[in-house]
Amino acid sequence: MTTLFFAVLVTLLVIFAGFKYRRRNEKEVGDAVSGNMALEIGWTVIPLIIAIVIFAWGAVLYVNYRITPKDTLDIYVIGKQWMWKLQQPNGRKEINELHLPVNQDVKLILGSEDVIHNFYVPAFRVKMDVVPGRSNTMWFRPTKTGKYHFFCSQYCGTNHAVMGGWVTVMDPAEYATWLSGEAGAVNPVSAGEKLFSQLACVTCHLANGTGRAPSLNGVYGGKVLLADGSIVVADEAYIRESILQPKAKIVAGYQPVMPTFQGLVTEEQILNLTAYIKSLQSQPVPAKGAGIALPTAGKK
Amino acid sequence: MSTHETVPEPKFPEKHYLNAEYGIRSWLLTTDHKRIAMLYLAAVTFFFFIGGFFAMMIRLHLMTPNGYLLTPDQYNRMFTMHGVTMVFFFLIPSIPAILGNFLIPIMVGAKDLAFPKINLLSWYIYIIGGLFTMWSMINGGLDTGWTFYTPLSTVYSNSAVAPAVIGVFITGFSSILTGLNFLVTVHTMRAPGMTWFRLPLFVWAHYATSLVMVLGTPVIAITLALAGMERLFGLGFFNPAMGGDPILFQHLFWFYSHPAVYIMILPAMGVISELIPTFARKQLFGYHFVAAASLAIAVIGFLVWTHHMFLTGQSTYAAVAFSFLTFVVAIPSAIKVFNWTATLFGGSISFDTPMLYAFGFLGLFLIGGLTGLFLGCLGIDMNIHDTYFVVAHFHYIMVGGAVMGYLGGLHFWWPKITGRMYPEWLARIAAFTLFIGFNFTFFPQFLLGVMGMPRRYHMYPPEFQIYNVMSTAGASILAVGYLLPMIYLTWAAFYGKVAGENPWPATGLEWKTQSPPLTENFEVTPVVTWEAYDFRNRPDLGLDVPGGSGPRIVAPAHGDD
Amino acid sequence: MHRTGTLYGQFKTLEQQKDTATLGMWIFLVTEVMFFGGIMLAYTINRHTYFHAFAMGSNTLSLGLGATNTLVLLASSFTMAMGVWSAQTGKKTLISIFLILTILLGFVFFGIKYVEYAQKFHHHLVPGKSFDIGYCAHNPSKCEDVDVKELKEEGERLEEAQKADPDLQAHAQLYFSAYFGMTGLHALHMVIGAGLLLWLLKDSVAGKFTAEWNNPVDIVGLYWHFVDIVWIYLFPLLYLIDRHK
Repeated sequence: MTTLFFAVLVTLLVIFAGFKYRRRNEKEVGDAVSGNMALEIGWTVIPLIIAIVIFAWGAVLYVNYRITPKDTLDIYVIGKQWMWKLQQPNGRKEINELHLPVNQDVKLILGSEDVIHNFYVPAFRVKMDVVPGRSNTMWFRPTKTGKYHFFCSQYCGTNHAVMGGWVTVMDPAEYATWLSGEAGAVNPVSAGEKLFSQLACVTCHLANGTGRAPSLNGVYGGKVLLADGSIVVADEAYIRESILQPKAKIVAGYQPVMPTFQGLVTEEQILNLTAYIKSLQSQPVPAKGAGIALPTAGKK
Repeated sequence: MSTHETVPEPKFPEKHYLNAEYGIRSWLLTTDHKRIAMLYLAAVTFFFFIGGFFAMMIRLHLMTPNGYLLTPDQYNRMFTMHGVTMVFFFLIPSIPAILGNFLIPIMVGAKDLAFPKINLLSWYIYIIGGLFTMWSMINGGLDTGWTFYTPLSTVYSNSAVAPAVIGVFITGFSSILTGLNFLVTVHTMRAPGMTWFRLPLFVWAHYATSLVMVLGTPVIAITLALAGMERLFGLGFFNPAMGGDPILFQHLFWFYSHPAVYIMILPAMGVISELIPTFARKQLFGYHFVAAASLAIAVIGFLVWTHHMFLTGQSTYAAVAFSFLTFVVAIPSAIKVFNWTATLFGGSISFDTPMLYAFGFLGLFLIGGLTGLFLGCLGIDMNIHDTYFVVAHFHYIMVGGAVMGYLGGLHFWWPKITGRMYPEWLARIAAFTLFIGFNFTFFPQFLLGVMGMPRRYHMYPPEFQIYNVMSTAGASILAVGYLLPMIYLTWAAFYGKVAGENPWPATGLEWKTQSPPLTENFEVTPVVTWEAYDFRNRPDLGLDVPGGSGPRIVAPAHGDD
Repeated sequence: MHRTGTLYGQFKTLEQQKDTATLGMWIFLVTEVMFFGGIMLAYTINRHTYFHAFAMGSNTLSLGLGATNTLVLLASSFTMAMGVWSAQTGKKTLISIFLILTILLGFVFFGIKYVEYAQKFHHHLVPGKSFDIGYCAHNPSKCEDVDVKELKEEGERLEEAQKADPDLQAHAQLYFSAYFGMTGLHALHMVIGAGLLLWLLKDSVAGKFTAEWNNPVDIVGLYWHFVDIVWIYLFPLLYLIDRHK
């Protein structure tokens, strides 16, 4: 609106001036006006104020958007040249398709296997880069059933333009039916649990907190006290870092003995482990040896 | 009132810079800034055609949703090379290296730039960089996007990345040397009486541009050097598989490439600051503010680069800070637009071709700039980032702004450069054609962006076709608008009407020398005693000033005699 | 007074020519700051992220050779400044002597650099297929120029670093890419500087510089000092951070 206002205003002024002050004889000169402080200040300050208002409006919307709601349906999305692999919480996988229930907050956890991609759903007004080496997240809440196009929106090579698909938003009942449809779907939580044992995580991360490593019960989403005194929130990025670069953040009271699994786990395995660890959120947290910083109830 | 005077037809000067010496060596080894400007004109026009060819291929291909003209890889090479050619080999050098080189020494009253040999060197560097880039084009082309994002460009692309990166790296030094030359010239080579605030705003604009060239270009140089080494030798600064960070590349790249867009637009704004006072025969409204705004744009322009990276997963704080600064950087541009508009009021406006281009600039730059604010607004950017909205936005500024400024300037100073006038009515028709063609080409692209069509797509969903066809139709009209000046300006250089010293008339020092100028520009060093754009105190211009000229010292007819 | 500088056509006075050239050199040096700044930024960011690997890298550099080079360059800046002073005070013979000394010190720097680069080559520390940060720790016999005790310590630190950073080799390679990139760029600028000094020497020997006209010496001096300052930044960044006892 403001854009239109100023564009039209200046255009009209220019056309008006062009007409009113058109040269009437060959040797005519213009008036002796070369400035006006009041005008200068006026048209500096007023646009500045308007600019700040528009900026603030957009910034507030954006900041609010960046706060992801708590209870989301988490979909793991991997972009690679030139397709999308999407995985539902129960393990059901899709390629270039995403089925979702209506009226449910959905969070996409984005990973790339090669170059930078971008997941863009025009109808939902959301878009986020998918950067290799990073775990970006985005969220939205579909409010109408239907089929919606999604696109890759960061140039990624030859078939960038066909690297898209459809989001299908369905009634919750239909979604549930669809979800249980595919036989042999691997539940990421149980796959993660198997990995947790296969990779010997379970030998140190005893659930009861008596192991060499903190218990992971209740860790996801909680605050972790680190050896250097700082506190971090245990989100997906933290779990991923702990698996790949365990020495980066050491939990207070523990030795930096965890080996790294860089090169030993694939992206999908990381996602499955993450899903499993998230599922431990509701498990009982031991009094001693917990991964999260317990409120100092009674303890020094 | 004066009786009807017959003004004698101007005579074409006997000696001037074009006939001072003959032969290819006198051109290829010249140190005359005017000849170097002409060398640049030839080279830049050549690259403009190449970039234009790629644009034509893009638009033809995009007429159909399934893109039957080119294969995906070919299309990707087309838009990449269109971008690389136009940005690095046309937009950045055009006004500074052609008009700036030609005019700045004359405008400040000097015989040449501070470093004439370095000026020639900058042309050779441009040519060598261009040759490397053309080598890339001939060897299958480049398909990474002009932005060279890693790891696509350094690891995954199967195109001729290395020669292109080397070419752009080399050409950067041409830009740096030009900027260095301009800065020093303005500081040390001004004629007596040419104080800072009597300088034409064209010079102020180029001063600001040169600050950006000198400070920003080395950063893209080292960035491309590192990316090139990653491509050729497998180093890993920007490759996540080796612990590198693709976002680091983006930061380093945009740290230059955002200020680069100000390198492209500031000179055009400088041209407009010359055209509007001349064709309204009135002093520029708010001279000091416009000069300060140029500097402000140059400085603040260095502080906004991350607005290209809002969706990379950066911190909310960073996004908010850079969005705020992006809005701030728009203000000096707005100040300029208001000042230019205010200059028109009370003026005596004529609609010669350069003025038509200036009007076009005002409208189109306004739209381009305001749509930039949409993109800088965080809440909106998420929807239109990397869509055709962005493409439309920057073409409005680059073509609607910078190219209009370039063409307006070329037409305005063509009589000075060649000594002959271009055909006015044909030029007006060409200007209108260009304006109409431009809007038909790029306005639909705003709509495409808002509808959700991503950019750099060789195929698109069928619902986007209508606007794509409209855009291609507009492009064909636009092409005519470009071709016409190429043809008639060339014709006019040889057969146009003799222009004389000051056909418009205009107030700058360049209009007090013969057309075309002598090699040494002035017979006698001018001594400046008048203010910029002061039509009312310049009896030498032969205009009717109501009440006569003021009692202040006025400009003598020639030099300081 | 007799003027010996050539007045170029675009200038009105030698004074103007001098001011112009000096300003030109200063602006050029600013561009060099931006140029080196880019790679130093990339280095610093990576140093912070991969401090284990970069610490391993730093410790393979010889502190003795690096410090010597620093002193050599500082001395060369001194002789260069003396050269400028000599020019300004009209002591023609001294100008040439100091220029020669500066050039010689420059060559000493190159010599030491060559030794260091050769060492890197033999120790498999050049980025590429045969890069191996642990080469000397695992093959002490092949790295005779390194102290045995040091090698043992390096071996231990290598083990630790490997545990902390499984991609140690890749990140250490990043360090050496930066090392060769930065020192290589610096050396290239020194070569150009040496060339400029030789050209100055030619004119100095021909007696072209006087107390009135010595601007070329002045501005080449500026360039040389700048190249020295770059090294003053490189030395701590590459050699001194995370240095083990």
